[in-house]
Amino acid sequence: MVQNIIDVKNLSKSFDISSKEPGLKGTIKHFFRRQTKSLKVIKDISFEIKEGEIVGFLGANGAGKTTILKMLCGLIYPSEGSISVSGYLPFRRRENFLKNITLIMGQKQQLIWDLPPIESFYLNASIYDLDKFEAKKRIKKLSEMLEIDDELFIPVRKLSLGQRMKSELLAALIHEPNILFLDEPTLGLDINAQRNLRKFLQKYNKETNATICLTSHYMKDITSLCKRVICVHEGTISYDGKLDLLLKKLSPVKEILIVCRSEEDAIKLENSGFTVKNKIKNEITIKIENNSITSSLKTILNNFDIEDLFINEPPIDEVIGKVLIKKDYDI
Amino acid sequence: MISNLINRKLFTLLKVQYSNMLEYRVEIALWAISGIIPFFMLNIWTNNNLNESLNISDTFLSRYFLCAFFVRQFSVVWVVFSFEEDSLMGKVSPYLIQPLNPFFRYFAQHLAEQITRFPFALIIAFFFFIFNPESIWIPNLGILLLSIVSTFLSFLIQFLIQSIVACLCFWTEKASSIERLLFIPTLFLSGLLAPVVSFPAYVKSWIYLTPFPYLIDFPANLLSGNETNISGGLIMQILWIFILFPLFKKIWSEGTKKYTAMGS
Repeated sequence: MVQNIIDVKNLSKSFDISSKEPGLKGTIKHFFRRQTKSLKVIKDISFEIKEGEIVGFLGANGAGKTTILKMLCGLIYPSEGSISVSGYLPFRRRENFLKNITLIMGQKQQLIWDLPPIESFYLNASIYDLDKFEAKKRIKKLSEMLEIDDELFIPVRKLSLGQRMKSELLAALIHEPNILFLDEPTLGLDINAQRNLRKFLQKYNKETNATICLTSHYMKDITSLCKRVICVHEGTISYDGKLDLLLKKLSPVKEILIVCRSEEDAIKLENSGFTVKNKIKNEITIKIENNSITSSLKTILNNFDIEDLFINEPPIDEVIGKVLIKKDYDI
Repeated sequence: MISNLINRKLFTLLKVQYSNMLEYRVEIALWAISGIIPFFMLNIWTNNNLNESLNISDTFLSRYFLCAFFVRQFSVVWVVFSFEEDSLMGKVSPYLIQPLNPFFRYFAQHLAEQITRFPFALIIAFFFFIFNPESIWIPNLGILLLSIVSTFLSFLIQFLIQSIVACLCFWTEKASSIERLLFIPTLFLSGLLAPVVSFPAYVKSWIYLTPFPYLIDFPANLLSGNETNISGGLIMQILWIFILFPLFKKIWSEGTKKYTAMGS
């Protein structure tokens, strides 16, 4: 049986936020009497993640996804509740815990700007107690996987964003962590670089059985990497489950464009009981429920003279967009 | 474990930071030149004959201020500014989840910068001796070694004081303003502007209870061969390190609980 590697119970986090009224009066008032209020950004959430799982955290800006990741990796202290990651309390930041995890934040870098990435890699290797031989072996392996052999000796400031992001990944993975926390890892990358990064993460997960917790606003990252998603809405979990179930729930019907051989066939199809979205001459668009697609198509192909047909999937961004504004998805 | 930390982690950090510092060699040369306050002070003292009324010789003064320059070169600390910037920009976050306290990075940065400064400081000293040949002296090996130890202890005290102030970033975000407050007593009481021996007796008696005279005055007097209580000075330096280090650890541990990882 696969063990839980992350166990979160009734977790909450509050931040003290100071507010200031606009204008000079507000500034003076703010100087003498600062008004702060406690803002609860994570509200009593619980979930478990199994070893080797890739879980995507979805939510609108400010929903609390990044705060959850920061608490899971021990960067910030929870206000209430408990977290266990790999059997450790993350915030205590014990050496063995830190050697097991990594956090990668898109656009935030740990590489030394004026030196080639190889210097940062060896530095990280020594921080994680790797000897030079082992470090060299891992740098070679990871640089091959990431396809950045040539860039290792060029100062970081001269690398492109994609090359820098790959180097950041290498620096963050040199100690071969079991748990990866990735906060918008593909932010700002072009389509090819995004695809390569996703391929790399899939390969890393397959080879090492590492657990990956990922936040991203690029739906392609989520759909190609995560089977399970946790949707966060205003600090609470609105959905925790399989991604395909969520998509089915949010988009229960598919649109099918059918090109008939004649307009008469199109009229016959229009009157045969299917839900018709629109009809233009011999082209007709109908809506069919996901669970009856196969049988409906069989009926259509057997009874009508069809020239061509197209199944249109609703755009994933549009579907997921719905989850970001809704509070609860009970599936 | 500690020896492993010093042997491997710190040594690698030092090597990498030294390579990084060499990228900024012109900047470091300018910083070295900007540290010539002691020479200005020497000029003010000798041109106004301030030393005569205090019965301090010209040679004593010129050697003292040259040594103050050297001690300052190898004990200057800016960790509060680096940490404040890194903290506000969210750069501290990746370092916090590595199995090494981020202050070791800053510590290595300072050491690397001192190594880079060394040749520039020697060049400045060379020119000083050309213009002040009467000040030339060769300290004996024992004194030289003790002076190096004392200068390093001075650096440690200043690094710990600034690190404590830097940790206040977890509460105030602008901890460098607090450092500005500390800069004033450091400037006047450390011996950078005047040797502490020139202060009135009642002022001296309480100055020596603070860490400030052990930052410049004590190591500079030691190196220049002036009369000073060597064991007393070294004990006070070590005592201050023993006071400041647990304080730093406590404030670090409390501060990281307040960390909000802003900017990241």
